[in-house]
Amino acid sequence: MRTDTLQAPFMTDHLDLLESHAMFILREVVAECERPVLLFSGGKDSAVLLHLAAKAFAPQQLPFPVLHIDTGQNFPEVLAYRDRYVERLGARLLVAKVQDSIDQGRVADPGPLGLRNRLQTVTLLDAINEYKFDAAFGGARRDEDKARAKERILSFRDAFGQWDPRQQRPELWQLYQGKVNPGEHLRAFPLSDWTELDIWQYIEREEMELPSIYFAHERDVVLRDQMWLAVGPFVVPRPNEKVERLQVRFRTVGDANCTGAVVSSAATLGEVIDEIALANVSERGATRADDRFSETAMEDRKREGYF
Amino acid sequence: MKLAHKDLLRLATVGSVDDGKSTLIGRILVDTRQLFDDQLDAVAAASERRGVGDLDLSFVTDGLRAEREQGITIDVAYRYAATPSRKFIIADCPGHVQYTRNMATGASTADLALVVLNVAHGLKEQSRRHLVIAALLGVRTIVVAVNKMDEVNWSQSAYQSIVDELETLAHELRFEHVTCIPVSALYGDNVVDVSKHTPWYEGPTILSALETSDAGSWTTTNHGARLPVQWVLRQPGGGRTYAGMLNGAPLSIGDTVTLLPANVTTTVTSLDLGGTSLDRATTGLSIDVDLEAETDAGRGDLIATEPLPTVTKDFTATICWFGESPLQVGQRLRLKHTTKVTPVRVATLSGVVDIATLSIGAATSLATNEIGLATLQTADPIVVDDYRDNRVTGSFVLIDEVTNATVAAGMVGRASFL
Repeated sequence: MRTDTLQAPFMTDHLDLLESHAMFILREVVAECERPVLLFSGGKDSAVLLHLAAKAFAPQQLPFPVLHIDTGQNFPEVLAYRDRYVERLGARLLVAKVQDSIDQGRVADPGPLGLRNRLQTVTLLDAINEYKFDAAFGGARRDEDKARAKERILSFRDAFGQWDPRQQRPELWQLYQGKVNPGEHLRAFPLSDWTELDIWQYIEREEMELPSIYFAHERDVVLRDQMWLAVGPFVVPRPNEKVERLQVRFRTVGDANCTGAVVSSAATLGEVIDEIALANVSERGATRADDRFSETAMEDRKREGYF
Repeated sequence: MKLAHKDLLRLATVGSVDDGKSTLIGRILVDTRQLFDDQLDAVAAASERRGVGDLDLSFVTDGLRAEREQGITIDVAYRYAATPSRKFIIADCPGHVQYTRNMATGASTADLALVVLNVAHGLKEQSRRHLVIAALLGVRTIVVAVNKMDEVNWSQSAYQSIVDELETLAHELRFEHVTCIPVSALYGDNVVDVSKHTPWYEGPTILSALETSDAGSWTTTNHGARLPVQWVLRQPGGGRTYAGMLNGAPLSIGDTVTLLPANVTTTVTSLDLGGTSLDRATTGLSIDVDLEAETDAGRGDLIATEPLPTVTKDFTATICWFGESPLQVGQRLRLKHTTKVTPVRVATLSGVVDIATLSIGAATSLATNEIGLATLQTADPIVVDDYRDNRVTGSFVLIDEVTNATVAAGMVGRASFL
């Protein structure tokens, strides 16, 4: 966090305005809702969100807990980062495990190497029910996907957790209204208007720490479905796959078995920003297997209650 | 590479259905290379699958399944573009009358409206409605794309005839900056690149008009600073500071301020942003301030500098009604104004706006998407400015008490053109 005293006149740029808008949304939802929660994956977007939440309520503690939906298929570096970050802030961490949903028969077991990303929706909705959360902050950005581009900053979910893109509440000016009836909830997206580049520039400006896998490192990878997947407990090379050792980094952080690495030598924040500014493939296009199933994969998942 | 600091311009597309708003935004994004290869490939694949040619540019923003099936825009899509000096937040709004509430959502935060007209169709009622709403919402600058010029053989007289009609309306609606541009969004003429087909036109392209317009133009700074209290932060050692987003004039340490509605005049003794002290803050920043006087201020109160806003429980307003059943005199709703929520009753309905003539007719109720003038009575006092003086303290929404749906956009006072 910056600690210098800013000189008058304070010139605002786009990052200042995005930051203040996000802080405003965080405060507004906390003021209007009874039991908010912040969804934290350890990825860069939710890390920025948590940083903004700390700023919005400084010097007080966060007035809500942090929830991680744990698929059990994480990168170990990300889990370590999660614990370090939450401890530094003194925040209360809740973990809801997809494995528990599988054990309880709430979702079908996809097998030890199967994709669990879509199963998270059930675990998330069950956790929201169990803790009676009426608002969940998420780090989703509208530039990530064409369905997210359509979503309100405060997005209403019915008693089944569903999003209806045809019946969104009007959202005028900055009059975010967060009132819901029991059983319903809101998803709140303070980073809606941020782009991937804004996120990285902000991380650099605020001198934030990130999980090491965002920066170039050497790793054993296999090429599967046109993506480099990191060899590990959840990605076992198949007979026809050749293991290669490459210098890679991750542009997004999701499950280890559906998040592709990009070949990169960008080892510092500055180098990552240069790389992003020149990229010709979107971050989800480059790195997410789960968005490739159909034209409206994200819309379909969101309708069910996904992040 | 050092990336320069940018300013931020929010714009919304405005105009009737099928005049090419989404296609124009798609064209701007493609021709300025804002789309990634995989996004462009996905648009091409979707176009082919639906049999609408090689590349249906409207699919860049029409991302929902139903929108692509029906070939229309249902809700606002937000897209982002950046040039070396400016970041653009683009709200691509729907044109259908039934989705007017979504258009108003997109336009309510816009600094500029990008109006799209079909050169062959004249100024349709729905285009007029959107322009009236944009003007009511306080947009002062419009860039007008006179689209589908290729379909009228680049006729200068066809262009001039719709521009004359538009300029008459724009003058009535008191827009301050109006730039009309002949374009073909489909082929890209005068969007990013200068057209070969319009030697008679010497003005800017759409992109250069957007790049040179004033950013943040709706922000008024000569009607005092306004800080609606969002949250009270408890400081170590027992003090309290008042957090909120500043708008209007800048605020500095040492400024004399009045806390309303309590009407306590005091001084700003500290000013912070996320734990960092500032000497002075400007509009749009989420700050927290400490005041010299001991007060019990809380959420819903307002900290202001001169000229002070009005404390009221009874005021006239312009209402855009989005509810499914008509708004009636005597109806009870909830009102959200800045950070304050209070019960409200419609005391009188004094008129409904005729979109075609801008005249006010007698009204006993307001139907969906109608615009009217009303007197409202609130249970608790609210602290307001006229909407023309301050977009934050002059705006409110009405909320259905049962469903919690937002059913109206409201603006304190009456637009000068009504």
